[in-house]
Amino acid sequence: MVTSSSQTMQRLDSQFPIKAEVRSLDFYYGQSQVLNDINLAIPDRQITALMGPSGCGKTTLLRCFNRMHDLYPNNRYRGEILLDQRHNILSPTIDPIEVRMRIGMVFQKPNPFPKSVYENVAYGLRVQGRTQRSDLDEKVEAALKSAALWHEVKDRLKEPAFNLSGGQQQRLCIARALVTNPDLVLFDEPTSALDPMSTAHIEELMRQLKAQVTILIVTHSLQQAARFSDYAAFMYLGKLVEFQKTTKLFAEPQDPLTQSYLSGSVG
Amino acid sequence: MLAAKFSDLITPQLGHQLHQRKLLNLGFMVMGLVAIMVALFTLAALIIHMAMSGWPRLSTWEFFTAFASRRPERAGILAAWVGSLLVISVTAIVAVPIGVAAGIYLEEYARKNWLSELIEINVTNLAGVPSIIYGLLALGVFVYEFKFGRSVLTAGCTLALLILPIVIVTTRESLRSIPQMIREAAYAVGATQWQVIWHHVLPYSIGGILTGTIIGLSRAIGETSSLITIGALTFIAFLPESPFQGKPPFVSWEWLNSPFTVMPIQMFNWVSRPNPEFQVNAAAAGTVLMTMTLLMNGFAIYLRYRLRQGIKW
Repeated sequence: MVTSSSQTMQRLDSQFPIKAEVRSLDFYYGQSQVLNDINLAIPDRQITALMGPSGCGKTTLLRCFNRMHDLYPNNRYRGEILLDQRHNILSPTIDPIEVRMRIGMVFQKPNPFPKSVYENVAYGLRVQGRTQRSDLDEKVEAALKSAALWHEVKDRLKEPAFNLSGGQQQRLCIARALVTNPDLVLFDEPTSALDPMSTAHIEELMRQLKAQVTILIVTHSLQQAARFSDYAAFMYLGKLVEFQKTTKLFAEPQDPLTQSYLSGSVG
Repeated sequence: MLAAKFSDLITPQLGHQLHQRKLLNLGFMVMGLVAIMVALFTLAALIIHMAMSGWPRLSTWEFFTAFASRRPERAGILAAWVGSLLVISVTAIVAVPIGVAAGIYLEEYARKNWLSELIEINVTNLAGVPSIIYGLLALGVFVYEFKFGRSVLTAGCTLALLILPIVIVTTRESLRSIPQMIREAAYAVGATQWQVIWHHVLPYSIGGILTGTIIGLSRAIGETSSLITIGALTFIAFLPESPFQGKPPFVSWEWLNSPFTVMPIQMFNWVSRPNPEFQVNAAAAGTVLMTMTLLMNGFAIYLRYRLRQGIKW
């Protein structure tokens, strides 16, 4: 089914510029292969959803994009992810820290630092050695505005981040990921720990964000993928089964596996 | 069909068996309570008895401001408590940076292989080595090899060796308790490993590290045998030179080379005298030593409470 996805990839090429392109990516945890020859082109400034049953490798694929796997021993991967058609961010000659400065990430559970609201957002700039107060203030405010959180926290910037509600904490984490002006932001099931109201809020936020940044999101909720993603990839047992415009994938899935997953008989 | 009464739902055999199970539960609870009472009561009795025996000396201010003397009613603990304070300061200054650095390296940087496994097992083993062995090691290394003499410096370094395993182990445990998702959050915005450790892991675990360190120091303050081995004096009638001077450069390091005694050695000395009045002095010194230890542990608990406020995962 890999061939069908690369055909799709070419079709996508003509519609949107490609932000990142995965080429024959294999991934191993120790001896077991988790990703098998993944080919996928992420369109620029669109929302692309990765879906599939637990253990299909969608989170593993997502974490390849910011080299999170480099933090742990026994992870091996092979293949390329081309950013802007030029830089292979999986190349050993590229520093994973540089990759992470350009590709942000939001995690499954809100994980703010036990610091103030302000310091949480500013941290991405602080690690780069930026200390000028006016510069930080301006960027923190812009990131909080992009994350639709500014009006709720502008008078509580010095308060601990833990005082915010769960949904606010997650939007704070989004602001933290946006502050460095990344090319791409990765979302790993960002609403799975949130209530329906906060979830709706975050989904709305992502729709607005795609004007400025490319979004790649892992979700195990089909409804969520259908609601707001522009493109959707269905993965199963470490393989990319089908990649399509979301509307098309849900309306007329090509692969029998996708059909049975969408109808609820697999996964 | 609904049973008439709730207890009708179970058979008499089951009811009887339930009664027995609950009896067993109660039995264990009582046993546990007795066990903890025995431990607490013994400790309380010991402390109260010691405090009461030592009270005649404790209640006089001279006990704290006088040097040791052949006449029990004039003997005091000045040299001993000053010595303990100085030795424990050296111990902290030596043990904390080395222990914390070693803990950070082992937990965060070292690769997990057979060598790091071996080191880990040995660090834990070191914590169980009898302190007199450390004393012999220090006598050979610090006194004879490094020519530190039988000084405050040697004593501080010896006790530092003694508590190093405790500091390393508690540092590692505290670092390990920081959730991985916090580290990943920092890595995800482009932090280096050192930035993750220095900005996040270390500040969030400092409460645990300090607590463990203070518990280690409070063990060191009661340490006797290793210091006798390196040749601490048992009778001393002068103080080391003050670290702070009235004239430039205002600090002096002479005290490091000074001979010394410490609280438990002073106490040991008095206990071994036949004269019963010295036993009163020993009890008084013991009470002071206990108070020092309890204060340190209390401070550790307070620190842990304060530094963990506002941090929840």
